[in-house]
Amino acid sequence: MKLLLKLTLLVAVLGLGACANNRYLGDTTINPNAAGAAGDPNSVAYFNQTVGDRVLFLVDQSSLTPTAEATLDDQADWLLRNMEYTALIEGHADEQGTREYNLALGARRAASVQAYLISRGVSASRLNTISYGKERPIEICSNESCYAQNRRAVTVLSAGLGS
Amino acid sequence: MTRFLTIAFLALASLAAPAVAQDTPGPLRIEITEGVIEPLPFALPQFIAGPGAEDQAADITRVIAADLSGTGLFREIPRDAHISPITSFDSPVQYADWQAINAQALITGSVTIEGGQLVVRFRLFDVFSNEPLGAGLQFVGSPDSWRRMAHNVADNVYERITGESGYFDSRVAFVHEEGPKNARLKRIAIMDYDGANVQYLTDSRSLVLAPRFAPDGQTLLFTSYESGSPRLYTLDLATVSRRPLSDHLNGTMSFAPRFSPDGDRIVFSLEQGGNTDIYLMDVATGMQTQLTEAPSIETAPSFSPDGTQIVFESDRSGSQQIYIMPATGGEARRISQGEGRYGTPVWSPRGDLIAFTNQQSGRFHIGVMRTDGSEERLLTSSFLDEGPTWAPNGRVIMFTRETAGTDGAPAIYSVDISGRNLQRVATPGMASDPAWSPLNN
Repeated sequence: MKLLLKLTLLVAVLGLGACANNRYLGDTTINPNAAGAAGDPNSVAYFNQTVGDRVLFLVDQSSLTPTAEATLDDQADWLLRNMEYTALIEGHADEQGTREYNLALGARRAASVQAYLISRGVSASRLNTISYGKERPIEICSNESCYAQNRRAVTVLSAGLGS
Repeated sequence: MTRFLTIAFLALASLAAPAVAQDTPGPLRIEITEGVIEPLPFALPQFIAGPGAEDQAADITRVIAADLSGTGLFREIPRDAHISPITSFDSPVQYADWQAINAQALITGSVTIEGGQLVVRFRLFDVFSNEPLGAGLQFVGSPDSWRRMAHNVADNVYERITGESGYFDSRVAFVHEEGPKNARLKRIAIMDYDGANVQYLTDSRSLVLAPRFAPDGQTLLFTSYESGSPRLYTLDLATVSRRPLSDHLNGTMSFAPRFSPDGDRIVFSLEQGGNTDIYLMDVATGMQTQLTEAPSIETAPSFSPDGTQIVFESDRSGSQQIYIMPATGGEARRISQGEGRYGTPVWSPRGDLIAFTNQQSGRFHIGVMRTDGSEERLLTSSFLDEGPTWAPNGRVIMFTRETAGTDGAPAIYSVDISGRNLQRVATPGMASDPAWSPLNN
């Protein structure tokens, strides 16, 4: 009975986790212990929520908006304070485009974020890029409110893997 | 495929009547180029079954009828309208009875089991000329290859009436999709052109994209995220084993591969530092040559059937457009001239046309144009149509159509190059990225 209860609790926790974090994390898994509390400015949770782990792009563009640059300034500061983290920058596109083109467009977006972070002092060796094109939408409606969220580059942190 | 299959291809001695000369004008002729408005009516009595072959005879007859009707070029006259039953494969045809129901073509056949092998014989008659069209033919194969034998009969009928090779004995590789739109799982799969015999070739652990056939139809190329980032793999269809194509530079992405017509080279896109260009790889040595060098996106390359040119898309002009360059690289000329954006060009196996995806005013279209960009025709229109692939005879195109919204789902459709006969292709679930094989060997 006790065991059953524990299992139920575990399932509940996993269920919650899935709800709170329904976005796709690529192939990188974040160690939840390393995440820390969102109040801790050196935590992954703080990076993801307060700094902001993503920047958004205009239609068919890979240049950074002033808002995106402000977010990336904060990302760079965080990365310079937390040298044990590396980052995989995922570039994404909305569904209004052909598959191959969107892969290339996502790569442009990821590279544009990478270049900006490097310009702010983050070592290139800590930053990798990948593109998912239109394969991993976070919002699934077919209008601009969703497309705007999907045209993104997400900085996914990884602990202790400095190369 | 591991499935055993041999098809003996012989003229029946008893039917060695000379075939109708190709240039004889007659009523039993379809000019595909015209686009057919009124399908040609044909009668297809169930093939005569030998002992123990009743099920196969029914199945084979059904598949032949579906192949022919599915083209939109032919229309089957229902069996209950037939006046004279066919009771024996060798009995003389009562032309008047078939003329009376306005059947222009009559297909008769038999299915027997001889020495453990399935034997399918058929004849095609030009009803209003009162004579056979071509010789009778016999196919011999293992019983589990009955579908291929049916497709072979239909291909022969199609070829004799249209003067062009058929496409029924062919396969389609595609991406099977499952799950919600924001957590899609994808697998490479293959099926017969009509959706039968689906086989899954990868599991859903890694994101996979866009399978492409080698010219011999025995190998697939595709893109997989298996190693973390997109790179190219080959998959041997006989053994269902895959391997990465070559050494891969970390931090780069390889995608959009296609074989050259001789199978010796692969053209693909390589992304480095955010810029995507087109490269050529020698399959035997793995040696890579860069074909384009521009800060713009160059992708979706496809060889001309003679192997001398490559059509591709680029946004070098500021928006996606279609270009042709020599297969060795060098100066490219833009061929797309219409409205909107153009991508995913694919050279027809006949060499005469380029199929493409066009995007304008928030709609997507599949279209075709001549290789100089002239005579553009948009064949389809929807929320999202993309990624055309050619039937082996260059007369039909399959593509991905995805519906809009939170429940949006992809499916495979086909359309002929006149824009007629738009149909959804049967797949077990959501499906995308079709690649039509060459005719099976």
